[in-house]
Amino acid sequence: MNMHENETLFEMFIFETLELISQLEEIALISEKGNSVKNRINELFRIVHTIKGSAAMMNYDNIVTLSHSLEDVFYYMRENHPINVNYSVLTDIILRSADFIKNEVNQIQEGNVPYRDASFIVREIEQFLAAIKNDEKLITQESNDIPPVGDDSKAESSTPGKNRFKVVIFFEDGCEMENIRAFNVLNNLEKYADIIRYSPGDIIENQKTAEVIKTKGFEVEFSTELAMDDMKTIFSETVFLNDFKLELADSAGLNDAFTEKSNNDMEFAGPTLKQSMISVSVAKLDKLMDLVGEIVISQSMVIQNPELVGLNLSSFYKASNQLQKLNNELQDTVMSMRMVPLSATFQKMNRIVRDMEKKLNKKIKLEIIGGETEVDKNIIEHLSDPLMHLIRNAADHGIEPAEERIEKGKPASGKITLEAKNEGGDVWIYVRDDGRGMNKKSILQKAKQKGLLKVPENELTEREIFSFVFHPGFSTREEITEFSGRGVGMDVVSKNIEKLGGVVQVESVYGIGTTVSIKIPLTLAIIDGMIVRVGKSVYVIPITSIKESFKVQESAIFRDETGNEIIMLRGNCCPVIRFHEFFNINSDAVNLTEGIIIVVESEGRTVCLFADELMGVQQVVVKALPGYIRKVNGISGCTVMGNGLVSLIVDVPGMINTS
Amino acid sequence: MAEMYEKTRETEDTQKGKYLTFLLDNEAYAIEIKYVTEIIGIQPITEVPELPEYIKGIINLRGIIIPVMDVRLRFKKQPAEYNDRTCVIVIDVEGILIGLIVDSVSEVLSISDDSIVPPPEIKKGSENRYIQAIGRVENGVRLILDCRKLLNDNETEEISRTQN
Repeated sequence: MNMHENETLFEMFIFETLELISQLEEIALISEKGNSVKNRINELFRIVHTIKGSAAMMNYDNIVTLSHSLEDVFYYMRENHPINVNYSVLTDIILRSADFIKNEVNQIQEGNVPYRDASFIVREIEQFLAAIKNDEKLITQESNDIPPVGDDSKAESSTPGKNRFKVVIFFEDGCEMENIRAFNVLNNLEKYADIIRYSPGDIIENQKTAEVIKTKGFEVEFSTELAMDDMKTIFSETVFLNDFKLELADSAGLNDAFTEKSNNDMEFAGPTLKQSMISVSVAKLDKLMDLVGEIVISQSMVIQNPELVGLNLSSFYKASNQLQKLNNELQDTVMSMRMVPLSATFQKMNRIVRDMEKKLNKKIKLEIIGGETEVDKNIIEHLSDPLMHLIRNAADHGIEPAEERIEKGKPASGKITLEAKNEGGDVWIYVRDDGRGMNKKSILQKAKQKGLLKVPENELTEREIFSFVFHPGFSTREEITEFSGRGVGMDVVSKNIEKLGGVVQVESVYGIGTTVSIKIPLTLAIIDGMIVRVGKSVYVIPITSIKESFKVQESAIFRDETGNEIIMLRGNCCPVIRFHEFFNINSDAVNLTEGIIIVVESEGRTVCLFADELMGVQQVVVKALPGYIRKVNGISGCTVMGNGLVSLIVDVPGMINTS
Repeated sequence: MAEMYEKTRETEDTQKGKYLTFLLDNEAYAIEIKYVTEIIGIQPITEVPELPEYIKGIINLRGIIIPVMDVRLRFKKQPAEYNDRTCVIVIDVEGILIGLIVDSVSEVLSISDDSIVPPPEIKKGSENRYIQAIGRVENGVRLILDCRKLLNDNETEEISRTQN
């Protein structure tokens, strides 16, 4: 059992330390941009302190030493509020330390012993600290003149514009359970303010605090952006309120207040996240997803059981409808558990842009839109590498140096936009830059050189021309730089995205900018499908692709120049794809009028699919085709039907693009 | 608990030298029992387009979707109609599950290492590439198949893909 405990401890250490490191990075980056590093010193201190503690428990000395020296810096800054601090250098140090620790943790994760020597960085940190202390000595005169109270409150009162208040609340006589009511007050208050301290502190655990509150009242110190009058209104609505006293807080007991709060606080990035969370192993979630999938299959096996055909079972069907509703909710909830917002991944890109800015000596601003868009956890892990490549490309290839931009009449600072949005069953991610754009001519030339042109130049669409850049080894760069030019990046991007079942596209206007669009299907697991029969085979078409279905009249059928069948749909020509022809199987119906037409759409193109018969609509669990069978054009997966047979799921975009 | 542990250890040891034999036409083949996970009767197969002809499609094995290979077609023999003696031998080769459709399944035989000789060099018929060795038994020989080759030999697959 000890082994098991050790493993869990080990995993926890890795998980938590990596989380903390990424918070450290995020805070460092954000506060550097917003010039508010000194306001977040406490968080930084806390994070580094926690990292040190865990590493000490696990005996990883180099991490301990490094965190300790960072801690010293933050502690000094927190206690003494030095004025002359080079925050850019500090951020650099923080980021480099974060990198070091990340590397070490990765080593540990792979089972190696962390061995790298942190003394180089530690020395730098010590020098930095010494420099600050030195500067402070010079300014001692000044700081002695300023009354400590005022100075403290200026530095410590969170962001400017926030007010610190102290309130003492008295409840009505005889209302009982004052401690619980006090807890409610806290809960309510948290919506509007950051709670600094409150007294008595143990209101939940200790009944006796109710007595204390009866006599002395319940005291809370908090900071908020709201004004005193607003707070008065809020407090006056407290249930069973007898009286309250609200006043501006002084800074007495400041440091105690902060340390107390830091003990009560939850370990998350930023004070804005106040949800209670729990971390669950992904393996358990996967298992849960699988089970839910099996339930869907079982459910259809019950409801569509051949033994029930023809029986009059209205009560049964009512009950099974209820079952279906509950299962749907179960599915939705389980799927949402695995959904993680993209913001964490997007924030990582800040770091990349910052590094590129420094190395390439360009000015680049990263704009992030739609970070709250959620994506399945599995997918997120595979997204950060491609995104990194794309951002690097945009910064390296795309954005021009400041002088060139000014000459072109563009703002000196280049802009890269990372945008995510939900559309239908997919998530779209755009990486847009306002840089040089891509030169079609040079791409075509390179493609010709490499012998990639299979059709004459003038027959290629813009999209096809730009998609040459995804070819392995393709690059129109003359020299190879540290970041790009080897022609490796885009190829990796498109492979990774394909693995996720997604698609990448490039659009560009020479001189104006480039947009790379990534489309990823949301978690595929369970979809609504329309079941169609073609001959003896049964296929499933995802409902999201279907626009309508009907039996076609002879009068609506035409042929084009090449002899392909077309159906007139409300004035539009819609090409026909015969299922059985596409998949090379037998079908019953030969004439288009004998079977059923299903109109499907993908990316703006509409097509009529021809099948024998519509069997119905149901939910299906998407299972991947066995790996042994490689990708089949037009099929995106398979599923087990109610009768136990396997059906193939149609890949509508694939079918449309092939024809 | 301890007994079960002992039993599994025993079965692992006793798996050595045991082969499952099956028939195609009148030829007897054998595969090492360690690859076999189960044997099921033939069941409806869902066809999947664009696959080599010896991969008949996929089936549902208690929720797991596995491909099935018609071994006759793999060996470039004439296909035969499936009847109630036709079996599917589910094998697990390095994590890949696949069902082998055979005419019928015979028995599990023990073939000791001394009774095993390397295959002949005659290049007759396409099945030779899949035969790993020849096992001599009482009433004749059994052609021992190389399961990995059966799954991974892609020469024919490449040809059929480029034709598409």
